[in-house]
Amino acid sequence: MATEIKEGLYYSDEHEWVRVDEDNANIGITDYAQHQLGDIVFVELPDLDSEFDAEESIGVIESVKAVSDMHTPVSGTVTAVNEGLDDVPESLNSNPYEEHIVVIKMSDRSELDKLMNAKEYADFCEKEE
Amino acid sequence: MSKLIFERSVPGSSAFSLPEGDVPSVELQDSLQGFLRESDPPLPEVSEVEVVRHFTELSTKAFGVDSGMYPLGSCTMKYNPKINEWAARLPGIAGLHPDQPEETVQGALELMYELEQMLCEITGMNRYTLQPASGAHGEMTGASLIKAYHEQRQDFRRKKMVVPDSSHGTNPATAHMLGFELVEVRSNERGLVDVDDLCSLMSDEIAGLMLTNPNTLGLFEEEILEISKVVHEAGGLLYYDGANLNAVMGVARPGDMGFDIVHLNLHKTFGTPHGGGGPGAGPVGVKEFLVDLLPIPLVGKKDGQYCLDYDVPHSIGKVQSFYGNFGVMAKAYAYIKALGGKGIREACRHAVLNANYLRHNLSDFYEITYDRLCKHEFVASAVRQKKECGVTALDVAKRLIDYGYHPPTIYFPLIVDEGLMIEPTETETKERLDGFIEAMQEIAKEAKENPELVKEAPTNAPIRRVDEVTAARRPILKWK
Repeated sequence: MATEIKEGLYYSDEHEWVRVDEDNANIGITDYAQHQLGDIVFVELPDLDSEFDAEESIGVIESVKAVSDMHTPVSGTVTAVNEGLDDVPESLNSNPYEEHIVVIKMSDRSELDKLMNAKEYADFCEKEE
Repeated sequence: MSKLIFERSVPGSSAFSLPEGDVPSVELQDSLQGFLRESDPPLPEVSEVEVVRHFTELSTKAFGVDSGMYPLGSCTMKYNPKINEWAARLPGIAGLHPDQPEETVQGALELMYELEQMLCEITGMNRYTLQPASGAHGEMTGASLIKAYHEQRQDFRRKKMVVPDSSHGTNPATAHMLGFELVEVRSNERGLVDVDDLCSLMSDEIAGLMLTNPNTLGLFEEEILEISKVVHEAGGLLYYDGANLNAVMGVARPGDMGFDIVHLNLHKTFGTPHGGGGPGAGPVGVKEFLVDLLPIPLVGKKDGQYCLDYDVPHSIGKVQSFYGNFGVMAKAYAYIKALGGKGIREACRHAVLNANYLRHNLSDFYEITYDRLCKHEFVASAVRQKKECGVTALDVAKRLIDYGYHPPTIYFPLIVDEGLMIEPTETETKERLDGFIEAMQEIAKEAKENPELVKEAPTNAPIRRVDEVTAARRPILKWK
C-alpha cells in the first residue's frame, strides 16, 4: 500500500517524524507507522516538563492489534502534549502528519543529523516491506 | 441479541419463596439503625422459570471445548475430562475448610504433596509452590524469585530482564511490573533466539532471561543448552514460561535444559478448565538453590505425617490466601494419575503430530511462517490473502466461526504479519482435524471468489461482527 512521506521532516528508524520549529521538536508517527499499527484506540502521553534522552520511550500507543512504545528521536524536555489524542486517538490514523504527539525542547540539536530525510526514509520503508 | 436479565424484569415477580422462620423475627430498623439503605437495590424481578430460561438461552450461545474444536494457539484448549470434575467434587475434597487442623486434612495434604512430586518429575525441578492462581500470577511469583535471589546476594545492579521479540506479552508485562528494565533479544532467520544477539546483551546488569520452549512459533529452541550457558555465565537466571509445556511433557524437561525457575499452567497442560470454565493454577518450580525463597507454606512430611511447612528461611512471603486453588490441584492430580507417565508422553506426541498434520495440510492454501517440523502449534499467515484479495487474518478468523470452529490466536506473535497461531492439542480426532482443514481450505477459496463474504463474517453466529475499534475507543461499561 502506498504510504505518504512528507518533505521537510526528519524521520527515525522507529517511524517517528520530527518537525523542527526553532529549538522545539514536534514529534509524531508516520503514515507507515499508523498503517502498521492499524486502528489506534489509546495514546498514553508523557508528563509536561519530563526529560528524556533520545530513543527513550516517552509513551504508549495502543491499537486493536498491539501495544507499542513510542520513542523520542531527540533528547530534551516535554513542553507540550497533544491532549486532543485522549478523546480522539484515531486522528493519528487519519492525519498522521497533522497531529503531533508531543513537543520537546531539544537539548542537543546535533541529534537531528542522525535522523533521515524524506528520501532516505522512503528507501528505509521500502526495505522494511 | 438476548435480552439482559434486567430487561426481563417485571415488578412483583420473584424466583424464591422462603418458609416461615422458626425463630422470632427482628425488625432490621431496630438492630441496624443508620446502616439501612434508603431504597431497595435495583435488582431484576424475574420468576424462577424465566431465570432458568434466561441462563439456558445464554448457555446455548457460549462456545467451549465441549461444543467444538478450539485451536487457540498457545492456550492449549484441550478437552477437560469429566472425571476430574468428579474428583474435585468428592466431599472429602470439596467440603474442606481451609482452617481445618492439619491432622484432619491429611488426605488433602497428601494430594498436594504428591502433585508437587509429580510436577517435579515431569519438569526436572526440585520443589514447587502450588499457590499462584494463574499463569500470570505464577510468572509474577517466578520473577519475584529472580529479584529476591539477586537481592539476597547483595547484587543490586541486576535490573535488566531479557525477553525474546516473539515472547508472550505477559513476560515483559511481568518483568515491568516488578521494576525490571526490559531488553529484547532478536529472533534469527529460523525463528529461534539469536544467540549472538543474546551474547551481546549480557552484562553484570542482567537479572535473567524469560523463555518459552518451544517458543510461540511452535519451534523448539535447539540451542537451549548454549542459551543456558550464556545466561548463567553472565550471572543471570533462566526462567521457563510453561505455556507450551504440552509440546514436550514426558519427552523433555525444562530442568534438564538448564532452567532455574518454571511456571506451569495446570489449566492448559494438565487438563483443568481454562478461562471462564474455572479458576486457574500456576505452580512455580525451582532448582534446589532457590528453595529457601519459595512462598510459605510448603507442603512437607514429618514422621509419616503431612504438614504445612513455614520454615522457609528467605521466603518471599505468601502469594495467595491459604494454599492456592485446591480444587484445580485435585483435577490436575486426577488428570496426571489417569494418564500416568506413559499417557503423558503419548498426549504430548499426539499434540505434536496433530499440529504437524494441520501445518502440512494447510500449507497449500496459506503461507506457513517457518514451514518445518513444529511442536504443538504453528503460525500460518494470511499475507497471501491480504495481498491478493484484501482478506486479513481477522477476516479468516471470523469466518471460521461460521464454520463452527473457535478462531485461532491472531496477530501473534508480533514478528509474523497476519499471523494465525493454531494449536489443535492432542484431544482432537483425525476427523475433526480434517473438518478444520476443509473449512480453512474453503475460506481460502471464498477469499478469492467472494471476498465480501469473508469480510462480513460471521454471518451464522448469534451476533454479527462486533465493532472492536469503537468498543476499545469508546467503551460503554454499564447498561443504560
